[in-house]
Amino acid sequence: MVSTMQSVCDVPAIHNAGPKAASFNPYADNGGSIVAIAGNDFAIIASDTRLSSGFSVYTREQSKLFKLSDTTVLGATGCWCDTLTLTRILEARMQMYLHEHQKCMSTAAVAQMLSTMMYYKRFFPYYISNILAGLDDEGKGCIYSYDVIGHCEKAKFRAGGSAGALLQPLLDNQIGLKNMENVDVQTINVEKALAVIKDVFISAAERDIYTGDSILIKVITKDGIRDENFPLRRD
Amino acid sequence: MSSIGTGYDLSASQFSPDGRVFQVEYAQKAVENSGTIIGLRGKDGVVLAVEKLVTSKLYEPGANTRIFNIDRHVGMAVSGLISDARQIVETAKIEASNYRAQYGTAIPLKYLNDRVSMYMHAYTLYSAVRPFGCSVIAGSYEVDTPVMYMIDPSGVSYGYYGCAVGKAKQAAKTEIEKLKLQDLSCRELVKEAARIIYVVHDELKDKQFELELSWVGAVTDGLHERVPADVYQEAEKFAKAAMADDSDSDTEDM
Amino acid sequence: MCTFSRAPITTGTSVLGIKFDGGVAIAADILGSYGSLARFRDCPRIIKVNKNIILGAGGDYADYQYLKDIIEQKIIDDECQDDGFHLKPKSLHCWLTRVLYNRRSKFDPFWTNFIVGGIQDGETFLGTVDKLGTAYEDMHIATGYGAYIALPLMRDALEKNPDLDMRQAQELLVKCLEVLYYRDARSFPKVSLI
Repeated sequence: MVSTMQSVCDVPAIHNAGPKAASFNPYADNGGSIVAIAGNDFAIIASDTRLSSGFSVYTREQSKLFKLSDTTVLGATGCWCDTLTLTRILEARMQMYLHEHQKCMSTAAVAQMLSTMMYYKRFFPYYISNILAGLDDEGKGCIYSYDVIGHCEKAKFRAGGSAGALLQPLLDNQIGLKNMENVDVQTINVEKALAVIKDVFISAAERDIYTGDSILIKVITKDGIRDENFPLRRD
Repeated sequence: MSSIGTGYDLSASQFSPDGRVFQVEYAQKAVENSGTIIGLRGKDGVVLAVEKLVTSKLYEPGANTRIFNIDRHVGMAVSGLISDARQIVETAKIEASNYRAQYGTAIPLKYLNDRVSMYMHAYTLYSAVRPFGCSVIAGSYEVDTPVMYMIDPSGVSYGYYGCAVGKAKQAAKTEIEKLKLQDLSCRELVKEAARIIYVVHDELKDKQFELELSWVGAVTDGLHERVPADVYQEAEKFAKAAMADDSDSDTEDM
Repeated sequence: MCTFSRAPITTGTSVLGIKFDGGVAIAADILGSYGSLARFRDCPRIIKVNKNIILGAGGDYADYQYLKDIIEQKIIDDECQDDGFHLKPKSLHCWLTRVLYNRRSKFDPFWTNFIVGGIQDGETFLGTVDKLGTAYEDMHIATGYGAYIALPLMRDALEKNPDLDMRQAQELLVKCLEVLYYRDARSFPKVSLI
């Protein structure tokens, strides 16, 4: 009996030279920022095109905007593998809705479904910052923003992603006209919104290393969706 | 038929008093109603040929083929109920795939044949199932050796030099026996196979048919493939010429 | 909850991929590292999948071999089907994304990253997937240390000359692997390049 014990103990520790155990984190932060602004008859959503992880830039030309219908666009940043999965399921669910109801999903319906889908994974969340932009049933611009477990809020303008906290106060001031005195409140037009978006992204690219390379902008109107590109600093 | 009305033909799980399993025999009958298929094993490969009966002009050409690839190196020609046969083909494919996953090499046909015959045999044992209404011929080329097996609905299988199943299997066997199989190459066998299918085809009963030809051997580098278009046309031409000669000599006799 | 995740055992280091005029090239060395030990000296990890796809892998070599066997069986099934259709690079890339993502979601990841290259509908394709299922396409891709060392070299070369021909692309990859060999302790001077 003793000898058996001995022989077990004599086994050399073969793992000493071997690989180290690595812990596994199912999430990655792949960065990226989204800004969306809604007007009376339009909605604009923009994202940067940098996909990164830590200090390395994976690619400089990754769109994070997903055209879901002629009136709805989703912007998603955060854990890119979750984004890929979520958007694929979302597109499939919208296709199923189309075939069941013989009509395209409205922006409000997509917004609610997205919330449900996010909450469905409450205890192993999709690590994504979602902003949904589109036109509602009356043709008015609308923006919905989410947290990672499906809380949903309707808004007129919203910033999200890695520079979200940086940009939201800027939008509050420039679009929401907060903390200003003697301003005449006008409804925002496309030109003004585009100008603000470009400005805020330039600012974000200065301060946030996960935002840069270029901006992709989608302008949603009743006539369809128009694309625009704008270069940012690449460092 | 002696079996009818005796009650012993209702289930595959019961013998008749004279030691037969009628359900299996009925399955074999189903195969005998089907188009003829033949397999020829020559010196450097195996050739499979099928007389695919076309029962309606409305079918697309090339539909419901009866020659299948099981793995890169194994081909299978089937006769009988096509849907039953497809299940056998699927089983064989899975066996080949599992073998490769487990051992990292291509499945030997001897082993594949064992597995598929066991599977078919299992369907002759129970009252809840019926036997497969199909026979299959499997051919491959392994380490420079052609191999060919035939399995019938009872689950019995043998290795063959030449075999035939289906409507005209007797006539086809007579033709095959005339060949010096061990001396023939794949290229020669393809022509002979085409000729035999044309010769045994009964134009009066079945008007239309499609000829299917495949081979596996030295010519294909051990891969089972349908024969290329030029080889196919040459074989078909050869078969038709042989038929013409035949009917010429028939008229002379008269 | 029983959470388990394995550690990589025998590993391959960086893989590099680049698009050139009319094609794609993938390169990697053939060393199988066991921790810091240069243990296996003949571990090729780039394969030709079918006539229009090539695949390179880094990370755990066993995970790569396991997936390679599955992919090869898919190709055999494809060929047996004999209907003239073949697996396309985008499809394989997408399939790998799903397989790797599903495994990471079970906390039991395939500890690998892949680079898929190929030609689809006359266009070149170059994409990558990592162990989480993070996937993207680009003109040039490098994994592992290659992302820090080789990628800047490749970006620089492509910026100076956007239309590399095959020979130039090959030379560039070989140069990148050479530089990697200088600095990446887990690299090896023998390479495979397709």
